[in-house]
Amino acid sequence: MGDLIDLVLLAMLAITALQMIFLKDLFAVVMLFGIFSFLSALIFINLDAVDVAFTEASVGAGISTVLMLGTLAITGRKEKKSAHSSFLPLLVVCITGAALIYGTLDMPPFGHPNNPIHEHVAPRYIEESPKEVGLPNMVTSVLASYRGFDTLGETVVVFAALIGVLALLGVRRQEENDVPESGFKAHHVLHVVARFFIPLIILFALYVQFHGDFGPGGGFQAGVIAAAAFILYTLVFGLSRSFSVVGPKFLQVLASIGVLLYASVGLFSMYKGGQFLDYSKLATDPIVGQHYGIIVIELGVGITVFAVMLSIFYAFGSQAERSNIQ
Amino acid sequence: MLILDIISSILLIAGVFFGFSGALGLFKFPDFFTRMHAASVTDSIATILILFGLILQTSFDINTAKLLFILAFLMITSPTASHALAKSARHGGLLTLPEVQAKQQERTH
Amino acid sequence: MTEVYTAVTIAILVVMAMALARAISAPTVYDRILGVNMFGTKTVLFIAVGGYLMGRPDFLDIAIVYALINFIGMVAVLRFFEYTAPID
Repeated sequence: MGDLIDLVLLAMLAITALQMIFLKDLFAVVMLFGIFSFLSALIFINLDAVDVAFTEASVGAGISTVLMLGTLAITGRKEKKSAHSSFLPLLVVCITGAALIYGTLDMPPFGHPNNPIHEHVAPRYIEESPKEVGLPNMVTSVLASYRGFDTLGETVVVFAALIGVLALLGVRRQEENDVPESGFKAHHVLHVVARFFIPLIILFALYVQFHGDFGPGGGFQAGVIAAAAFILYTLVFGLSRSFSVVGPKFLQVLASIGVLLYASVGLFSMYKGGQFLDYSKLATDPIVGQHYGIIVIELGVGITVFAVMLSIFYAFGSQAERSNIQ
Repeated sequence: MLILDIISSILLIAGVFFGFSGALGLFKFPDFFTRMHAASVTDSIATILILFGLILQTSFDINTAKLLFILAFLMITSPTASHALAKSARHGGLLTLPEVQAKQQERTH
Repeated sequence: MTEVYTAVTIAILVVMAMALARAISAPTVYDRILGVNMFGTKTVLFIAVGGYLMGRPDFLDIAIVYALINFIGMVAVLRFFEYTAPID
């Protein structure tokens, strides 16, 4: 039964992907990207991977669609016809793909219980994690404690993306010959509904942030959801009002504070006599120390991701207000 | 708790039936605004029936609260999204089917 | 009860496939937006019922996120239309 659902979802995924390649209208492609992300999250749910589905839902279907629409508002909607034929690239890709598939034939069969990952890696974490970290959600304990250094690298990568976007685009200050504030002034229903729901969305983001120890969630997803709340505010009420609520300079400072928070936890545990990011030294009881460490670094990740997503949206949005691109 | 199971099953199957009819209307109706009306059938009545069928299956705990929250959120935002889409389509110049036919008639006269 | 959950899950999957077909073969661009919106709300129902089918009601958090994301995505799309020409 689960196999049938998997097959149907994968078939819909393949159809969507094929349709995306042949469409020339980029707006329709962005819509199909949204559907693609919904379907991927459903496949992850079918594989029982709840945290991954959560992240795919919030990042892929929400933020990516909004940012791609912001890009289309700057560049334009139609894809240009390519000048050269695509037979040679197709041949190269097919040969490389066939070589890769031939290479994977040597690996152990997929999902077989005798695989090394099921005999050595997974049992070690499943058995030791309740004794060493003590959190119900093992994904969070692996992500934040056992692989804490990788997560620090991810946070720094997100921060570097912000630096890249600010260096290339920058957030434009409002000038006189900008398009006057158009659009959603007449949508009174949308104003009322948005004003009612934005505090609830922020509350839900805080719930996801702090509930990540016990259920699906964590810092990354919470930051994205909180950014989505403020993006909704910007879309409905306009960019200038949003700048006066949460300014671009404040967001840049906030992004740096998140990364600094994460790294200082590591330095603090070195000061206490352990290694970098060794949370057991943060309190007298090692398990309590692990809990403290995980909460603080998840907070750092959430703050950075929120500030980065909102800043990138500000950068795209303020460029789009420069002129009415047809 | 067999009575609760039977009521849940009836609600779920009724919700699925309305979902089907709405999706069928998405293909059969001639005009965009009528198609949107068909799609909103699936958003409103099918959602209410299916979510109530699931609420009856929970004992009174946090899952009940989450399902009620999803229901309240979808009930408020689905009509808002349909309204915004219809207003945007009208603003973009899309005409309803009687208006299109009236325009064609006055062009041939 | 699991049989009912399975039947309902497959039925919602069929409705989603029909919404996808409408989003791909859309006469106007607004039909595409309508198809994606309907796909999103059906995904919320699929996650809720599928979670009960697999006996893991923690999935309701993901269903809440999807409801939020669907709404915010719709608002973003309609705002996009304020900047560009609507009908090609």
